[in-house]
Amino acid sequence: MSETLLSVEHLSTVFSLRGRSMFAPNVELKAVSDVSFSLNGGETLGIVGESGCGKSTLGRSILRLIEPTAGRVVWQGRSLTDLSAGEMRKARRDLSIIFQDPVASLDPRMNVGQIIAEPLKVAEPSLTRKERRGRVEKVMEEVGLAPEMINRYPHEFSGGQAQRIGIARAIVTEPKLIVCDEPVSALDVSIQAQIVNLLKALKERMGLTLIFISHDLSVVRLVSDRILVLYLGRVVEIGPRREVFANPGHPYTKALLSAAPIPDPAVARARGRTVLKGDPPSPINPPSGCAFRTRCPIARDVCAEVPPPLAEVGADHRAACLFWEEVRADPAVVD
Amino acid sequence: MASVNMNQPLLALAGYTIRFTTPDGAVQAVNGLDLTVAPGETVAVVGESGSGKSQTFNGVFGLLAGNAETSGEALFEGRDLLKLSPKELDTVRGADMAMVFQDPMTALNPAMKIRHQLSETLKVHKGLKRREAEAQALAMLKKVGIPEAERRIGQYPHELSGGMRQRVVIAMALLCRPKLIVADEPTTALDVTIQAQILDLFRDLTTDAGTALVLITHDLGVVAGIADKVVVMYAGRIVEEAGVDALFARPAMPYTAALIRSIPRVDRDVEAVEPIGGRPPDLIHPPQGCPFHPRCRFAEDKCRAERPPLAEVEPGRRAACWFPFIDDGAGTRRGETMETAGV
Repeated sequence: MSETLLSVEHLSTVFSLRGRSMFAPNVELKAVSDVSFSLNGGETLGIVGESGCGKSTLGRSILRLIEPTAGRVVWQGRSLTDLSAGEMRKARRDLSIIFQDPVASLDPRMNVGQIIAEPLKVAEPSLTRKERRGRVEKVMEEVGLAPEMINRYPHEFSGGQAQRIGIARAIVTEPKLIVCDEPVSALDVSIQAQIVNLLKALKERMGLTLIFISHDLSVVRLVSDRILVLYLGRVVEIGPRREVFANPGHPYTKALLSAAPIPDPAVARARGRTVLKGDPPSPINPPSGCAFRTRCPIARDVCAEVPPPLAEVGADHRAACLFWEEVRADPAVVD
Repeated sequence: MASVNMNQPLLALAGYTIRFTTPDGAVQAVNGLDLTVAPGETVAVVGESGSGKSQTFNGVFGLLAGNAETSGEALFEGRDLLKLSPKELDTVRGADMAMVFQDPMTALNPAMKIRHQLSETLKVHKGLKRREAEAQALAMLKKVGIPEAERRIGQYPHELSGGMRQRVVIAMALLCRPKLIVADEPTTALDVTIQAQILDLFRDLTTDAGTALVLITHDLGVVAGIADKVVVMYAGRIVEEAGVDALFARPAMPYTAALIRSIPRVDRDVEAVEPIGGRPPDLIHPPQGCPFHPRCRFAEDKCRAERPPLAEVEPGRRAACWFPFIDDGAGTRRGETMETAGV
């Protein structure tokens, strides 16, 4: 592994929402709350959590597609959060994003060639039309699209092919980091596998560093080197893939794992029932102390008092639970 | 109604066919389907987008688009649903059989409070008075696990979370104690945690109330823990049907085997999943022979020329394949497989 490429330091993103009446004060929604982690070149970090946990906002805040409220994003030693708009535009050619809904993220009035060439116009304005077209055809081949399709429009493509267009657009500037925001969630399982394998192959070939955001733990397990688990905008666990899946230190991670379907009837039937009841609480008014305590099967009184710090539970493995030793010792806590 | 024979299937489709007339030609969405659902049974219908799995049951419920044409039989407790007038169908639909869709917002009226959506069903089908209907609606909301049901019943759909909306839709489907529930991708739009809750709920309902459940999904992973029987559809046909354990342990059809191999596992480290190459066929010009042959690595001349019938390959199992059980996962060809397996 090479040295640190990206480090996210105490990043918070707060949205201000209008109060319920004209005279009520605005309310604050802390979508991302004091998130820190670093990423080495060539690494894939999987970010998991339920809807509304802030995982997409985190991905976008790192790229400054949403302006973070506090904290820093340091990219190759430079603080992205301190760059001017013009400097940021230049830095953007190294940073890219792939969206969830492949069809909705493509402009229906532009043909495939125009869609893929768009980021190139900004990143490398000196290219001639011919050079641009050459680059577009090259990435189309790399993502498994026939270059003859260059003049077609998005509606002529299936979901899986549309996502290939989205990937081609993301890699055309030869970025170093790509944020993949639920890139396969809208696709059939059989097509998901194609896209996942494509991303893994591109990562190897181009030496990419990936942030892979998904609510699907099995897909995350397949692609990630390290895992970050987010709950109500806070990091509850972060560590190497194998450790987080085999030996989680946070009851929320355990609950997520126990809820994920397993395609084996005997195993699926033998598993315990899900302990996790109900929906996550509102991020506008999160519970005091540990945000997970209202759904936690092992919560005590002390959990309501202060937010638990991220404790070292193993090598390069941290979890924000006061009772992480209990979580790890007792395999029956959740499952 | 005549007395119900316990051996009689609840739902029996025979030679069931759906054609759509489009400007580009006739689309054979569903082709000569034979399928039964026994009382209390949970049947998973699995396939990729465009396999005809949703259209099959939209047709059963009389919900097809205007350019559709159905033929064959769809017997519900012995009555052919395809021959019922819209009015007669209305007495069966919602009362004896109910449907749950992927997106709960499409099933709920955004301008109506939960209370009214639920009690309307009971007033229409059971002739209940308002007060009695609302009491039953509230009881059902509690049964499907809606917290603070007394408060929620006075809210509008947009005030509820996605998981809670889906519970409301399920409550609505259950109100008249139907014998059959058809759930079309009921958990696809939900988080894994909520998906697990909804699947638990379905499992309880089928066990406690003896309701038969048809679960339509593209994700074989979710059916493993809940289905009794799995039906795999491809290009508008059933290509395999088996008990859930037998199907996962030893799929007969290469397509089923490929579907299983394409699912990533949460419970173990896998370096790569194996996608199914190619794409589902064009239903206006379906390929000759076995519809799966262009994507099947075991395809031989016979597969390209003749379409395999859905036939019994083992007691209680059917598959439409000229070389059933050929795909042992190792990618070996038929001759080698038969030798090594000692068949």
